[in-house]
Amino acid sequence: MADFEPSIIAFTCQWCGYPSAILAGVNRIEYPAGVNIVRVMCTGMIEPSYIMRALEYGADGIVIVGCQMENCHYTVGNKRAQERAEILWPLLDMMGLGAGRLRTEWINASERVKFARAMREFSERLKALGPNPMGAAAADKEGPR
Amino acid sequence: MSENVIKQLIADTHAFDCVECGKCTSVCPMTRHKKDFAPRLIVVKAMDSASIEKLAHERDLWACTTCGQCSAVCPYKVDYTEFIRGLRAEGALLDFSPECVQGGLMQSMMRVMANAPLKQDRLAWAKAPLRIADRGDIYLFTGCTKHMGAIFRDRKGLDIDSIAGSAVRIMNAAGVVPAMSQDEVCCGHDLNWIGDEDNFARLVDKNVAAIRATGAKTVVFTCPEGLRTFSKDYPLVAEDDLPFKAVHLSELIAGWIKDGSLRFKETKKKVTYHDACRLGRHMGVYDPPREVLRAIPGVELVELENNRDKCLCCGVSGGISCDADTKLYQMDKLMEAKRTGAEVMLSCCHKCQLHLNCAQNDKVPVDRSLIDIPMQDFTVFVANALEEKK
Repeated sequence: MADFEPSIIAFTCQWCGYPSAILAGVNRIEYPAGVNIVRVMCTGMIEPSYIMRALEYGADGIVIVGCQMENCHYTVGNKRAQERAEILWPLLDMMGLGAGRLRTEWINASERVKFARAMREFSERLKALGPNPMGAAAADKEGPR
Repeated sequence: MSENVIKQLIADTHAFDCVECGKCTSVCPMTRHKKDFAPRLIVVKAMDSASIEKLAHERDLWACTTCGQCSAVCPYKVDYTEFIRGLRAEGALLDFSPECVQGGLMQSMMRVMANAPLKQDRLAWAKAPLRIADRGDIYLFTGCTKHMGAIFRDRKGLDIDSIAGSAVRIMNAAGVVPAMSQDEVCCGHDLNWIGDEDNFARLVDKNVAAIRATGAKTVVFTCPEGLRTFSKDYPLVAEDDLPFKAVHLSELIAGWIKDGSLRFKETKKKVTYHDACRLGRHMGVYDPPREVLRAIPGVELVELENNRDKCLCCGVSGGISCDADTKLYQMDKLMEAKRTGAEVMLSCCHKCQLHLNCAQNDKVPVDRSLIDIPMQDFTVFVANALEEKK
């Protein structure tokens, strides 16, 4: 599928992930158009159900972008997010969606190049993985209740 | 949604036969702590309100655990649980869905399984010395146990992950190689009980096709919810007659003990047994698990104060409506279990264990020593008591 542009939900934290994405934009560093940024106060608030919901509604990949370890604005939020991702990876493999659809990135607020590179890399990986099998079924849905 | 549907539902579940004796309210687990909650009130409200819309947003409709204690004591056998399920299905048609535990992770997972053409990898754990087959007479349905095991792997005192492996171990020890399939999906119990009948029907089709492909005549369950859903709800939804019958693993084990194909080693343990609502009140399987436990040498079985069809509920069903009142009720249950003096409480249902374990690890309003009874799955306990082959 040459024209497959993965749709990516990027949960970015208010303190590092989001500013790095903004800086990438301000500095005109290109990253894939399929990245949809959702700002959250801290990656520690992202429940496994958010990720499963995103997949249910047809997202091809989900990336959690937060502060570097030991640098969380709320002390341990990013550790929580990492723990939750570690719970989900085997689950996604078991379900046949593929652990590769969920990724965590720990990026400092100023690291705009790293953000853009991570998004490009993730998009490439998703292209190799193919579209979310939920895609066709999710397209019929009206969206979350 | 018309009044006719409610009228039909009342007729189907015999709700009109109610003689207002109030027994249902007296045993209802939710009534204990939700003071204005009563099974009959929901029926009355359903008759009163011109549209379901009002009712669908009522807390009461979703707070019911559908444990069936009300129907068990009802002298006129009003089927309140089915009434609630029917109302919820109507509520779901109006796009109303309740608050689910874990933020709806499990329900989301089920909807993905129902809709997506997945190439699952659900049997990676079934490695030697466990023996399973692609085809066979007896099919072992593991449902969501492995998924739940993965999600709750770091919960202290909770072991859901080893249930499936234990079931295979027991069956292998009895000389049975169960058929299993990669294409099996979740049984759909939770979706059915939150009223999502469309996705439930998709899961039914997938499961029936997967099991039909193995040529199995008997489907074995460790999980009471799966058993209930396969025996009572699948025949109503499946397009053709089901090519198999559903049984609980404990029923098979009891048979294997009688014909001598299973032997146990000495296991000194004082245990108590929790009758899961789906296995006991819904399916009437009370004796086989007890027979199995009595057959294990050294096991002393003490009954809970409320046992068999009076067994107290674990507090949550269908993965919805877990709240502060539920937690209070779970304290009652756990304290009763602790009072028996048993070393461990066994249950066939991994969700009962999950909910009660959650209550134990939460902030508790009573002294922790009153509720800290360890819990173990019946299947895991029996598998650990198996005599090792020389």
